[in-house]
Amino acid sequence: MRFQAILSAEDRFEAIVAAEDKIEPADWMPDAYRNTLIRQIAQHAHSEIIGMQPEGNWISRAPTLYRKAILMAKVQDEAGHGLYLYSAAETLGVKRDDLQELLHRGKHKYSSIFNYPTLSWADIGAIGWLVDGAAITNQVMLTRCSYGPYARAMVRICKEESFHQRQGYEILIRLCSGSDEQKAMAQDALDRWWWPSLMMFGPHDTDSTHTEQSMEWKIKRVANDDLRQQFVDMTLPQADYLGLRMPDPELRWNEERGHYDFGEIDWDEFWAVVKGDGPMNRDRIEHKLRAWEEGAWVRQAALAHAAKREAAA
Amino acid sequence: MTYEVPVAPGESAEVEESADLVNESWPMWEVFVRARRGISHVHIGSLHAADADSALQNARDVYTRRGEGASLWVVPSTEIHTFEPDDIADFVEANEKPFRLATAYDIPDEVGHM
Repeated sequence: MRFQAILSAEDRFEAIVAAEDKIEPADWMPDAYRNTLIRQIAQHAHSEIIGMQPEGNWISRAPTLYRKAILMAKVQDEAGHGLYLYSAAETLGVKRDDLQELLHRGKHKYSSIFNYPTLSWADIGAIGWLVDGAAITNQVMLTRCSYGPYARAMVRICKEESFHQRQGYEILIRLCSGSDEQKAMAQDALDRWWWPSLMMFGPHDTDSTHTEQSMEWKIKRVANDDLRQQFVDMTLPQADYLGLRMPDPELRWNEERGHYDFGEIDWDEFWAVVKGDGPMNRDRIEHKLRAWEEGAWVRQAALAHAAKREAAA
Repeated sequence: MTYEVPVAPGESAEVEESADLVNESWPMWEVFVRARRGISHVHIGSLHAADADSALQNARDVYTRRGEGASLWVVPSTEIHTFEPDDIADFVEANEKPFRLATAYDIPDEVGHM
């Protein structure tokens, strides 16, 4: 596309976005576009990294060696996804270590879903099925994001995410075809994870600070409430198959709309967790910080080793 | 996983200035993967590592967990030199010569495929 010669930098940016072409790192972009992307990609990366903790909690307690190997592979994927995303953020001129530092200082957030505890093995199933399921709903949209490096990272992530959701659902299939106690465990996990999973799509679009501008810039392609509806419609039949009941008395098929109606999210809980008062907020950051500080000597030793080898060469 | 991470009412959504909060970081490397024999290496992303050996190991773990790579290159990011999009555009404009393209020439149908 030959916008360069005829247009001002700003008009060219608008034209590229309008034409569904991609903005690449060296292109001129509005400061607000750059800052929105940095904030969103960094928060997304932080979420992947913090997201290793609730599942990591069950690696040493997985019921079989096979399930343990699967869970380790999944947690390793989350680390990988975090790294793809930090890499995408760095194309915008920030440093990964600086972004991490902002996370450690509580200046950057991550998804609130990871501020809930994993109390039983069934939670590992519920996370794969619901949390990764909600994530995929959102991610498929982001593969069409206007910023090239972010969209490409999302394509890689989406390819791997399908394994995450399927292994989770399979855990629940096994539990639901097991003893009454196992089925009750699956139901309990669904009861606790359903509403936080719906909260993952964020506030109603009418209350969302970013939606409108992000849609204009094609960073975001589908509104929060539409994504949430998609997720509900997709998930209900899957719960039926398991023989589990959704913890929402208002949930029912609406023939007229062609969608499921569902109850209102507890927004007080939502904002409380966003502001830091969820069950696990403090633990998650403390753990992250501890790992970072205890690893400092390794990072320094690797640099010292590299310098020594270079001097000897 | 992906999420809309909202900003609580009254909180600022501003991005903090990146001001070298951390001094001693591992340098950045660009990673190129050859997905299979017969095709070129393609840039796939970047990572941080103290030296080339560990950059290669990290690249293997981060970018080829499912056998996506038949070969890997890592290059220090500071060693990549680029044309800015504007420079390329000026060059293309100045060299717009349709006669460089095969389609600029009329060959009669009777001649057949050429």
